[in-house]
Amino acid sequence: MSTVQATATRTKVLQRQGAAVALILMVAVSWLVFPRFGSLDNLRDLALQGSFLAVIALGMTFVIITGGIDLSVGSLYALGGVLAAWGSQYGFLVALTLPLLVCGAIGFVNGLLIARTNMAPFIVTLASLLFARGLLLAITDEGANTYQIAPDSAFVELGRGTVFGFGYPIFIAAALAVLGGLILNRTTFGQNVFATGGAEQSAVLLGVPVAKTKIGVYTMSGTLAGLAGALTAAYLQSGVTVIGVGTELDAIAVVVIGGTLLSGGMGTVLGTVIGVGLIKVIQNVINQIGTLDSNYQSVVSGVFLLIVVVLQRILRR
Amino acid sequence: MPTEPVIEVAGVTKTFAGVKALDDVDFTLNRGEIHALVGENGAGKSTLIKVLTGIHSPDGGRIARNGRISTIYQEVNLVPLMSVAANLFLGREPRNRLGLIDRTRRDAEAKELLQGYGITADVSSPLGTLAVGEQQMVALARAVEADADVVIMDEPTSSLEPREVETLLDVVRKLHEQGIAIIYVSHRMDELYRICDTVTVLRDGVSVHSGPLKELPRIELVSLMLGRSVNEIQKHGTTAFGEDHHADTLPVLEALDLTSKPRINNIDVSIRPGEVVGLAGLLGSGRTETAKAIIGALPLDHGTVLVAGKPVPHNVKAATRAGISMLAEDRKTEGIIPNLSVRENIVLAALPKLSRFGITSRSKQDRIVDAFIKRLRIKVSSPEQKVAELSGGNQQKVLLARWLCTEPKILLLDEPTRGIDVGAKAEVQALIDELAKEGLAVLLISSELDELLDGADRLIVLRDGEVAGELEGAQLTREHVLNAIAAEVMDDADGNQNSH
Ligand SMILES: Nc1ncnc2c1ncn2[C@@H]1O[C@H](COP(=O)(O)OP(=O)(O)OP(=O)(O)O)[C@@H](O)[C@H]1O
Ligand SMILES: [Mg+2]
Repeated sequence: MSTVQATATRTKVLQRQGAAVALILMVAVSWLVFPRFGSLDNLRDLALQGSFLAVIALGMTFVIITGGIDLSVGSLYALGGVLAAWGSQYGFLVALTLPLLVCGAIGFVNGLLIARTNMAPFIVTLASLLFARGLLLAITDEGANTYQIAPDSAFVELGRGTVFGFGYPIFIAAALAVLGGLILNRTTFGQNVFATGGAEQSAVLLGVPVAKTKIGVYTMSGTLAGLAGALTAAYLQSGVTVIGVGTELDAIAVVVIGGTLLSGGMGTVLGTVIGVGLIKVIQNVINQIGTLDSNYQSVVSGVFLLIVVVLQRILRR
Repeated sequence: MPTEPVIEVAGVTKTFAGVKALDDVDFTLNRGEIHALVGENGAGKSTLIKVLTGIHSPDGGRIARNGRISTIYQEVNLVPLMSVAANLFLGREPRNRLGLIDRTRRDAEAKELLQGYGITADVSSPLGTLAVGEQQMVALARAVEADADVVIMDEPTSSLEPREVETLLDVVRKLHEQGIAIIYVSHRMDELYRICDTVTVLRDGVSVHSGPLKELPRIELVSLMLGRSVNEIQKHGTTAFGEDHHADTLPVLEALDLTSKPRINNIDVSIRPGEVVGLAGLLGSGRTETAKAIIGALPLDHGTVLVAGKPVPHNVKAATRAGISMLAEDRKTEGIIPNLSVRENIVLAALPKLSRFGITSRSKQDRIVDAFIKRLRIKVSSPEQKVAELSGGNQQKVLLARWLCTEPKILLLDEPTRGIDVGAKAEVQALIDELAKEGLAVLLISSELDELLDGADRLIVLRDGEVAGELEGAQLTREHVLNAIAAEVMDDADGNQNSH
């Protein structure tokens, strides 16, 4: 029996639980230490902030399980927002579908190049990171031109509407996560995603359409990044051009914290959601402290992430 | 019975970077027949299969397929991280009314199905946690359940225990009764003659013979495969092991009380220089685990390993330094580094010995590598060829060469001749013999009883992780070993169990 793989099961359980345990601990401590943390307002805000990242990270989860990586999502996120804002002048439908189509198409091209030419996902998606960012700057006059969305439009409602004070994006992200979990675990496409990342050569011999699967996950990742951008634009009522820088790294981080193997073949949507929760709670707490210079915020959250990852490692032993 | 071809291949050629793997090959598979495909390592058997199934496209020639093909490829080709049930049903999962995969039903069906193949493992655990033999049975079940007209098996028994081999052969017979045509690749002559109707012999990518198997004497089949005359072959026996080795010195290896629950329990093994000790037992009896425990790759509850009377710390590095080397059973996950060259793979373990201040002499490396390529007859286009491009049997030889060139005092061999053709097998066996004569202590694990009986001076029989008996001298017969292995059943009936 192969010991490598025997540990893999243990890793899966412990890593996921590790992240969950860390999240519960974080929440409990924050609740006690910061009186405002547990307020309904703050929790709503936290969930809303997390929902945008969760949508992006959902696509990233699929990509990473196939053994790939998608660096373009940060740029596509920003591009999606600008396209949505620009499209909102033509009505709700254009505002919503334009970013999905364009970002989905870029994702599709990513997948096509990766699957058919065997180029490294890292390189291909790095190229589209630059491409999408460039496109964004071109259509906004180097970012000087920020498209606004009419405050009374239906599209803004999508980003700002609430149920019991919880924003629509939270429900959209939750629904997508449930759907994503079902697709991953209960459909042939999901099984193919696991097989592709787990042992690509074998997957080919088993008749798994590896190339199609890869194209599928990158298309999905691009589309979801575009959707996250559209939701953010609706929430902010404008297509902000400076967002999304480094968001791809956040997405990768939460996926990995959630127990998805960076080498592929194993992972869960639930883990990713927990990962998003963890990173957002950390950021929220830093904001609560309030005295921290914004530059130091990312230093602290970086250190914190490192601690979480190291803890997971130790837990695995 | 009218013969009706289900697969017809005419003049197929396939070249890899200048190497002709298939050269104008004709091959016909008729409905309902069991067709043996034989040849030396690197003869082109796996390549022909991959051309048949469409994995490789041929450079020239015609292929006509008349039915669905289902294949078990040579290396276990499943996904280790996915569950056993997911692997079994990948691509044809049972669904519920919503069109979603019905996992409960899938797992239940998988469990029931696998019981028919003697596998009782938890079907929801990752496939990689199963032993290689069990994984092979899962691959078999998968291929058989796919409802095909043709089932191709590329060395399906190379990692199976005798009992599992019987299960597999039963399955083959059942398929045969259903009228399914089978292509069967194996280096084990016994199996071929037991089940196959026809045979095609490949040699260096050329099909040199095709016809009924039963009428072809064994020795002639071997001579066709190797391209040597019958006389030449008759000089050597079926196995190439020589006389027993007389060793009356002190043990060079003593492993005492090895325990790693629940897999092995209080196992003692001692080997003297020049002695070949065999480990016999069924799948899961703890043979591989015992070897791993000796080399320090299995965490122990307790137990000690002594080399020349000195205790060795329980880790692989220390064990290697003390002179223990191990050839692992599962070459894909625990041995071969596919993207490195043959040379790099061979010298890998010996590098520390070959280098001074971190610098290795290339000419020394080349000399050693050349010597082993010749001695083991490894079929390569050059020492710089990637190991991934070698045929299965040749990869096994590369691994063997890796451990031999570390010049160990104690060599642990887990299925050393698995997937190796008859010619090379004899050479490997002769080599083990020769090394033992030079004073090497060898621990030999093999599922082939003949190999153990001929090769080992002494046999330790394991059952359920414990030593069930030790056999020596006149006791080294098939009956004794089978009795010891199956003693659970025999215990009451047969009072005179083997003891030591
Ligand atoms: N992908 C590849 N690239 C380069 N050479 C290859 C490749 N696959 C096979 N070969 C070469 O083709 C020849 C035939 O290999 P093949 O795997 O068909 O042999 P085989 O008869 O199945 O041997 P074995 O009994 O060892 O499994 C070998 O010389 C091998 O090195
Ligand atoms: Mg082969």
